[in-house]
Amino acid sequence: MKVNFVLNQNNVSVDVEHSNRLLDVLRDLHQTSVKEGCGEGECGTCSVLLNGKLVNSCLIAIATVEGCHVTTLEGYRNTKRFEAIKKGFEVSGGVQCGFCTPGFVLAAEAILSENPDPTTAEIRKGIEGNLCRCTGYQMIIDGILAAKNIGKGLW
Amino acid sequence: MNKISESIKRFDFEDKISGKAIYTPDVHIEGMIYAKTLRSKVPRAKIVYIQIPTLPEGYFIVDHHDIPEKNVIPVVFDDQPIFATDEVNYIGEPILLVVGPEKIVILEIMDKIIIEYQAIQPILSIEDAESCSAPFIFKNQPHFVKYEYQKGSFYESVKCAKRVISDEFRTGYQEQAYLETQSMFATYDGHTVCVQGSMQCPYYIVESLKVALGWDESRIRVIQMPTGGAFGGKEEYPSLPGVHAALASIKTKRPVQLVFERQEDIQCSTKRHPTIIRIESYIDENDDIIARDIEVKSDGGAYAGLSSVVLQRTIFSIAGCYNIGNLRVRGTVFATNNVVTGAFRGFGGPQAFYAIEMHMENMANQLEADPIELRRKYFVKQGDTSSTQGIFYDPIVLDLIADEVIAMSDFNEKRLRFKSEKLKGIGCSIFYHGCGFTGAGEAELIKPSVRLKKDKSEVEIFISSTEIGQGVLTTMRKIVASTLDISIDHVHHNYPDSRNCPDSGPTVASRTVLIVGRLLQDCAIEMKKRWNEESFDIIQNYVYPSHLSWDNQIFKGNAYPDYSWGANVVEVEIDENTYEIDVKGIWAVYDIGTPIDSKIVKGQIEGGIVQGLGYAMMEVLESKAGKLSQDTFTTYIIPSSLDIPPIFSKLVENPSTVGPFGARGLGELPLVGVAPALASAVQQAIGTKITKIPITPEDILKEVQS
Ligand code: FES
Ligand code: FES
Repeated sequence: MKVNFVLNQNNVSVDVEHSNRLLDVLRDLHQTSVKEGCGEGECGTCSVLLNGKLVNSCLIAIATVEGCHVTTLEGYRNTKRFEAIKKGFEVSGGVQCGFCTPGFVLAAEAILSENPDPTTAEIRKGIEGNLCRCTGYQMIIDGILAAKNIGKGLW
Repeated sequence: MNKISESIKRFDFEDKISGKAIYTPDVHIEGMIYAKTLRSKVPRAKIVYIQIPTLPEGYFIVDHHDIPEKNVIPVVFDDQPIFATDEVNYIGEPILLVVGPEKIVILEIMDKIIIEYQAIQPILSIEDAESCSAPFIFKNQPHFVKYEYQKGSFYESVKCAKRVISDEFRTGYQEQAYLETQSMFATYDGHTVCVQGSMQCPYYIVESLKVALGWDESRIRVIQMPTGGAFGGKEEYPSLPGVHAALASIKTKRPVQLVFERQEDIQCSTKRHPTIIRIESYIDENDDIIARDIEVKSDGGAYAGLSSVVLQRTIFSIAGCYNIGNLRVRGTVFATNNVVTGAFRGFGGPQAFYAIEMHMENMANQLEADPIELRRKYFVKQGDTSSTQGIFYDPIVLDLIADEVIAMSDFNEKRLRFKSEKLKGIGCSIFYHGCGFTGAGEAELIKPSVRLKKDKSEVEIFISSTEIGQGVLTTMRKIVASTLDISIDHVHHNYPDSRNCPDSGPTVASRTVLIVGRLLQDCAIEMKKRWNEESFDIIQNYVYPSHLSWDNQIFKGNAYPDYSWGANVVEVEIDENTYEIDVKGIWAVYDIGTPIDSKIVKGQIEGGIVQGLGYAMMEVLESKAGKLSQDTFTTYIIPSSLDIPPIFSKLVENPSTVGPFGARGLGELPLVGVAPALASAVQQAIGTKITKIPITPEDILKEVQS
């Protein structure tokens, strides 16, 4: 089937099986920041924003994406908000192996766009679906806390 | 703070934060095809026949017939085949690959392959192996190795004992759970095979390819790709998929990508060894410990892998941070038809320190002594000998470490208070990690070397150490730039490529900063002397320090080139309805010498502690009839952001004489001490002994009700 959606503000049209995972479609479209860590909705490495909401693209059938806006880090990294999150993670030291990082950046965007001034507890809750095996999370949480200050007014 | 400890921006930061870093599964090149592994579904059997369907054009089977030289993965013993030939020994053992352009078609072909097995009675546990009379898996014996060593006069001293305090503990499997699964990519140009992938040890794969192909090194190239976590799980294991991808590429003459699914990865890659550990302390009339008898049994799975070396670390470490004059220590790794166990951050240390520290806790309770003060009485000091009778040459500051952790955590006050407060507890642990290869391994097995190249004002680092998230691409540059006293922007360092990087040894054993970093420092000192020359190369080889010695036959001497030290305190509260453990805080003090980058150090500490927390209370992984019951992230539960307690960590200053700028090894240490501190806290909270990890609410319920 043909599916049309907006990827990082560009219209795209793909011809695929309706049950194909959004994850695979995006990776075929060279969105390699979208990773497969588990394939079953548990790790968040495949996170993307679907109409602004954080979702695991491994659980989304492409047919349901018709007409939607999909944002991956490939698009998001060109924004001012990304610069703030990047600076936050740099200051906190929230990146080690980096495999989880694109998912956490988009999770941070989802948290901050919902609430520009989240508490530590709200951030923890907001990244609950994203696993990181390297950092122990606190330095990622600190990165998002730093980002909300650095990017004040952007969200 | 030492200048070098000041944190800088990691050199791999930009690529990773922006999602531009290309990991192995992200590689896509013209003509690339895929490989998938067909694996044994039974724990032990003869393969009677394999029936392959007619293959569509462009699809291939790769199996043991395609190995030009030797069907073996060289580790310590050459017992593990690359592909099974006529028998299988564990669920998940690779039998063949199906290779071709479409993943869907590959799966269809795999579905149609029929394998007829003739079952053999499997050996499914340590107990099974102990009572098994045959047929054995490994040679003519139930075990891979069996060790014993003694210190002092064990048999004499136990005669003087007035009483014995003994314990038996069990530890479970643990899965590394790196977020990027095992991934390899191979190309072949008719002459050279090139393997790129997710790995810790490029030269292990070079060696495996040499053995499998019978080619000389000029036709073999291995390059590390950005690697999404490793934790030991990408030490020896990647040689298997690395050789598989290479064989597929050589056969098909196409680039081949081999990426594991998560379930496949959990089922068949190496795990932390489950153990049964028994400790007996012999006590005299003054309540002094005069001797210890220790026995370790571990489940090595179907092939020997690194199990012998892991066991060595367990039995050397199991004397703990204590100077007990008389020891008898025995250890056995049993061969079973379970998944192969191997390297995992801590490498046998976490099991050892869990057992010895729980035993110290139990002794303190039985002798009505303060748990830290009892330990303090026996702390090793500079000039003492280790369990293997090597002299500790450098200052050891365990007293300071203990004082700090007591003060930070309010240990004494809480320990007393929780005696009368229901379901609350606090526990401690004191531990070390031997850094570098066991014994004289650095000099005799590894023979590491490093290379520095100067070209006008630019300097480039060539080492085989891999960036697995721990910060190698940053820390090594810092060491070289600081030694040469030049701006770090003039120092370059890339992911290792066996073409231009000498073998600096594997990225394991908390040895990279300590051993490779020191070699680079020495190399840079030489370079500095010749700085006015425009362009040149220097290679620096490792030399075994003359004051150290090691006899690997009787396990006598300096078991490690250096040690790092630590103490943990964990406070818990148990939910009275669900029996879930609420961790209120973890306090940690370490002597890692001079930190090379404070932020990288903090990352290693917090990540290691959280992984240790998972090991202690969350990560249940059991083998039932040879099959792991928890093989997805839905069933194998690692800590999430909601599971982490507040962590307070601190470093004490005690520069190493071995490492560069006074640094010691760090990567593994923070995982090592968490489980015993947590388990001790749980014991105080519920008032009964728990003798296994991970501790689940069901375990607590059982203890509380009995
Ligand atoms: S790959 Fe989608 S959640 Fe893990
Ligand atoms: S940085 Fe490695 S998984 Fe998060």
